[in-house]
Amino acid sequence: MQRRHWLEMLGVAWDAYPLEGCGLLIGESGGDVVERFVPIRNEAESSRIYRLDGQQYAKAALRADADGLDIIGVMHSHTHTAAYPSPTDVAEASKPLIPPTWHWVIVSLGWGYPELHSYRILDNGIAEEQVGLAQ
Amino acid sequence: MLRPAAGGQSSVEAAGDTIGDVVKSLIAAHPGLETNLVDENGDVRRFVNVYVNDEDIRFLDKLDTKVADGDEVAILPAVAGG
Repeated sequence: MQRRHWLEMLGVAWDAYPLEGCGLLIGESGGDVVERFVPIRNEAESSRIYRLDGQQYAKAALRADADGLDIIGVMHSHTHTAAYPSPTDVAEASKPLIPPTWHWVIVSLGWGYPELHSYRILDNGIAEEQVGLAQ
Repeated sequence: MLRPAAGGQSSVEAAGDTIGDVVKSLIAAHPGLETNLVDENGDVRRFVNVYVNDEDIRFLDKLDTKVADGDEVAILPAVAGG
């Protein structure tokens, strides 16, 4: 991802605090490169869970499709815990229709400063992946 | 979202006057979608969101929601977590 995507994701986490913030990573279908980051309202308005606002989610998906792109992952924040997928995150990511290629980015504000990590969540477990920042 | 089950396509053309018809025609063309999209009663599964021009059909007429030529229907997995 580009440095500005990284900053945008940290910004979404800070702006939403004390609630969880979330957004969508858009890129080439099934790909690893973030072309744009789209903040999405947390419909759950909670500090413990998030749920993508349906209308904003659909808009972002249709726009990505019109641009020949696709959703390649989801970012959300943890307000009080580590930047590591919670059991709820794993259960949700394992549902049918969620592509196994998706990247799950978590920004934690739990320690007073932001920390961003990215994971693949597959049947055989959680694998952290390196996040590369381009200018 | 449905690429793996829809022959690798992200967008497909589907015919019908209602979302129910569109879903049926999608399933007829891509049988792999059936168990993921609808339950045994033919209702859209809880973790599947269907939008017509970014309006959720749950807040419209569900499967009876009318669609017209050129309407964009998005079928997306619900995304949530903790």
